[in-house]
Amino acid sequence: MEGTILKTFNFSANFGESQVLKNISIEINRNEVVAVMGPSGCGKTTFIRCINRMHELTQGATVNGDIRVDDNSIYTMNLIVLRRKIGMVFQHPNPFPTMSIYQNVVAGYLLNGIKLKKTERDEVVERSLKRVALWDEVKDDLHKKGTFLSGGQQQRLCIARSISMNPEILLLDEPTSALDPISTAKIEELIFELKKNYTIIIVTHNMQQAGRISDRTAFFYLGELLEFNDTTELFINPKHEKTQNYITGRFG
Amino acid sequence: MPITTDQQIKGINFSEFAFRKILFISAISIVILLFCFFLTLVASSLPSINTIGIKFIYGVTWDPVSDKFGGFPFLAGTLFTSLLALIIAIPFSLSVALFLGEYFRTGLISAIFKNIVELLAAIPSVIYGFWGLFVLVPLIRSLETKIGVAPYGVGILTSSIILSIMIVPYAVSLTVQVITLVPADLKEAAYSLGATRLEVIRNIILPYTRSGIFAGILLALGRALGETMAVTMLIGNSHIVPVSIFSPGNTMASVIANEFTEATGKIYLSALIEMGLFLFLVTTIINIIGRSVIKRFSIS
Repeated sequence: MEGTILKTFNFSANFGESQVLKNISIEINRNEVVAVMGPSGCGKTTFIRCINRMHELTQGATVNGDIRVDDNSIYTMNLIVLRRKIGMVFQHPNPFPTMSIYQNVVAGYLLNGIKLKKTERDEVVERSLKRVALWDEVKDDLHKKGTFLSGGQQQRLCIARSISMNPEILLLDEPTSALDPISTAKIEELIFELKKNYTIIIVTHNMQQAGRISDRTAFFYLGELLEFNDTTELFINPKHEKTQNYITGRFG
Repeated sequence: MPITTDQQIKGINFSEFAFRKILFISAISIVILLFCFFLTLVASSLPSINTIGIKFIYGVTWDPVSDKFGGFPFLAGTLFTSLLALIIAIPFSLSVALFLGEYFRTGLISAIFKNIVELLAAIPSVIYGFWGLFVLVPLIRSLETKIGVAPYGVGILTSSIILSIMIVPYAVSLTVQVITLVPADLKEAAYSLGATRLEVIRNIILPYTRSGIFAGILLALGRALGETMAVTMLIGNSHIVPVSIFSPGNTMASVIANEFTEATGKIYLSALIEMGLFLFLVTTIINIIGRSVIKRFSIS
């Protein structure tokens, strides 16, 4: 399945009076990895939080314009359906502390009250954990609390929790910023694998990381999308002076 | 110019030393006070303990004239009213706490509501008693007439309703605090999986806060067990074991307050003090049980 999966039209987002995203228009293709980069406060996290409508959970947050997933506006889609279609992984690993590893993986089903047969549930858990390469490490401890795992394992558990719902898009909000280099490398490997099945939008502060894992990179600056191009092209041949300054480390 | 002379350093050291000692003495005096408290109660109830013995706990007849002091009706009345009050107050408090802790966390409305809930705790209990007498008793009486039980008006149910209103602020304020402390991260993770608000409350917030909620309930229970004035005005002060929610009864705290001034005999007075000791022990045991449950529930 080729083609566009996500499209934004003149999209703006506000927190009360201050505008954090200004007229963003972007098209993202199926099964590509897009890195979202930019200095702190440029709106990159807000951007991905708008895609699954998490932005609106904050009091005083408003939006303008439209975002379309599979050519359906996210504002007319049922919120539950939308959020199942789009998985999200957060900056800090956040497995549910009251649930076991097993329950964490199927948390999406448990939360929504979807009844699965035990065999189906076992299958979902095994498949999801295998996809994030965590199965061999935890298969004997499935009924222990997820919070006993290491940070990197917890983050992979959170990714498993997202993909157990069979989303089409995965939003990763600086998923490795709280992890050590080895765990980071594992997550990056994982992203490379996951790309076969999912479209991945990853916010990152780390330029090397963007270079290693992404097909295309979007550079945000003060709420505007300055540049969106092939990652290698953007790094070698930035069109915009601000992009150039950022990737050469003149500000960050 | 030297910054500090030896003299000044000595002064500083001394004030550090003195300050620490003052803090220590304050802390230790609480412990001593509690210990003395317990000792006084035990010493003063010795005559009663020696004469009545274990029958004090299970005896059902309280007749000071013939020197019969069975405390069971009061133990039953205390537990009955407190537990019934909890049953009424818990769902109500939890709803209020979720409303203030999750739905309306900030803003003017929330601030006003929170203050009003706290104000409930500031109303003197005698006023609750009055309100109960003038409003609740007639209501309960007409209810009793309607369903065909003896229309006392006063009794277990009336006291429990008043108690439940009185303990709501204790349960609510602690519960609101723990609900506000649920990490936003966890709630967002649940929302991002497609959970609705109700599902987030049921599967994330409530499991996460259960030990805090339990602590709130415990605090409320402690308050209900010891409440004296309002209950004394509404319970009917009958020395019988309550058999239904409409029967009049008595509680340990009420019987002490009611009869202390007229306790003439040595044993009579001592029996009332033993009742106090008993109440003290019951609340302490409930507290200890509660704490151990909180420890087991809490998330590491």
